[in-house]
Amino acid sequence: MTVRTAEFVMAIVLSLCSIALMIKSAELNIGWIEGRGPGSGAWPFWLATGMLICCLWTLLRWFRRVTPESRNTNLYMSHQTMVIVGTSAGAILFLLAATHWIGLYASLVFFLLFYLKYVGRHTWVLTIALTIGIPVFIFCLFEWALKIPLPKAITEPLFYPIYDLMYS
Amino acid sequence: MGETLGLLAGGLAQAFEPINFTMIIIGCVLGLLVGAMPGLGSVNGVAILLPITFLVPPTAAIIFLAAIYYGAMYGGAISSITLGIPGASTAVATVFDGRPLAQAGKADKALTAAAMASFIGGTISVVLFTLFAPPLAEFALKFGPAEEFALMVLAFATFIGLGGDDIPKTIFSILIGLVLATIGLDIISGQPRLIFFDVSGFLHGINFLVLAIGIYGIGEMLWTLEQTKGEVTVHNVKLSMKEIIKDIKDVKEYIGTTTLGSVLGYFVGTLPAAGATPASLMSYGLAKTFSKQPETFGKGNVSGVAAPEAANNAASTGSMLPMITLGIPGSPTTAILLGGMIIWGLRPGPLLFTEHPEFVWGLIGSLYVANLATLIINLMFIPVFVKILTLPFTILAPTIYILCVVGGYAPTQTMHDVWLMFLFGVVGYLLRKLNYPVAPAVLAIVLGPLAERSLRQSLLSSQGDPMIFLERPISLICILIAVALVLVPVFQKMKRKRKAEQSGQES
Repeated sequence: MTVRTAEFVMAIVLSLCSIALMIKSAELNIGWIEGRGPGSGAWPFWLATGMLICCLWTLLRWFRRVTPESRNTNLYMSHQTMVIVGTSAGAILFLLAATHWIGLYASLVFFLLFYLKYVGRHTWVLTIALTIGIPVFIFCLFEWALKIPLPKAITEPLFYPIYDLMYS
Repeated sequence: MGETLGLLAGGLAQAFEPINFTMIIIGCVLGLLVGAMPGLGSVNGVAILLPITFLVPPTAAIIFLAAIYYGAMYGGAISSITLGIPGASTAVATVFDGRPLAQAGKADKALTAAAMASFIGGTISVVLFTLFAPPLAEFALKFGPAEEFALMVLAFATFIGLGGDDIPKTIFSILIGLVLATIGLDIISGQPRLIFFDVSGFLHGINFLVLAIGIYGIGEMLWTLEQTKGEVTVHNVKLSMKEIIKDIKDVKEYIGTTTLGSVLGYFVGTLPAAGATPASLMSYGLAKTFSKQPETFGKGNVSGVAAPEAANNAASTGSMLPMITLGIPGSPTTAILLGGMIIWGLRPGPLLFTEHPEFVWGLIGSLYVANLATLIINLMFIPVFVKILTLPFTILAPTIYILCVVGGYAPTQTMHDVWLMFLFGVVGYLLRKLNYPVAPAVLAIVLGPLAERSLRQSLLSSQGDPMIFLERPISLICILIAVALVLVPVFQKMKRKRKAEQSGQES
């Protein structure tokens, strides 16, 4: 897909999102309520209307080839960019999805192993040191210092002995 | 004046309290590191590290974040000079002469000049801040909801008029930020609003940090990976104490342009859309204009490093002025600071000076101390920072992603917000590739609830008559300036068209 096509597609998608927001806002009162002022939906409704106008404005500029992007026929995502960005985005996606199932700490181990060994091709010593060190640091900072428990899902029972140590 | 000095002395004493002083030092070091990392600037550092400030009291927290802000402004120069890649957009102008100096084997001279200029810029701007903040806050006490809303319109108008980005895309960015802020419970009626697919996670609204970390953490890393392909070359720097002292003595070469750049940077920094990047570019332009050897600029003139560095540091302090006194952030970083203050239970604005003077003056005092601390740390540890810059992206990137994920989870402790953050990061990256500016959206999500409240209160008091914004003098002035700002690009376009027509006729 070229940058020119991408700008067009993006403007269309954002227009549809704006219309959806207008419809969703209109489920609430978007008019004037006597003694209470504008209804709950009025502010988001008019903001979404403004968003739609901006998208249509961008589309008009696209048709007239005013924006630099509308004249750019280079690839929006080169193969190299797809690989670099896709790998990162895919790895984060896995991290988040796996967190629901095996908890954050176990997911972090797999995420770091993949990133450091497969993507970075670092030595096993460095990979293992960071794969253990980073989750331990996160645990100490959030669970111990900030008292913010992070999601552990099915791995929760594994942490009971550590909780005993922390809170005894 | 005497009263101000007394309060400032109290603020300085507060800055030296053990916890606050520790926060200054840690903040400066982290800021220098974050600023020096290619692609990461103050805004990324503050966004990613804000969740960990819940560990300390609000004053120490804001001091920590302000120190990061300060440190990052200093640190940006390190990668601009040694890598030839600006640490952040605010250090772009530093590359112009910093890189040629490094290539000529004078990286030490460039780095010392950047540190000294940053110190001078920081000091001048903090003094200006101390002088201007109290009277401006006193004046702002007269503001009612109508003035508040008009002021926010003015803040958004500066993005359209001075941002220099595509106008419909800038307005879209502002509007989407404001819409995201409306999700959750209506601030006046308490009714649930924009709860998509009845997902309960939307009921608590979208925390500004979710958007900020998404855009400035995940989105920024994806952007940097694409730009650099993960490969950078470092210019080695060797610095001895003797060389540092010799380089410091050279300050007389650029003291004039540095002072000018500092004052300019401060005032440009107070404008919401302008900030440190245009300030540093303008300062560079001025230094070149007033130089006796303008032809040496771009080839390794030390003034070309000093001028933008002074301006970007001064601008960072300048952007705090409207945040503290009016409750309107002067930059995306101060927008995040403002959001943090709201989380800590403080309402930024003129009342802050009367209700929480210890907080405001503690912050001001810490700026003086942070400025000096950063200079010393910077000069002492330049070789260490340069060494850290050689850290491969394949270690830096996953570390940042992990900090983003836990940082996005911490404020509300729901995975819903982490997914949203990821979505914002990817969408923000894709939009940025199409020249949609993302900073206005972050500013808008922070200001959204305040803007809506002041608009609805104003309309309620005027029985729905929008003329209220034009009948009150301060509000009228703000609206008129906002209209003028929006018209700036239109006039510029007309002028360019006329010029092109004239040159067409002549030829």
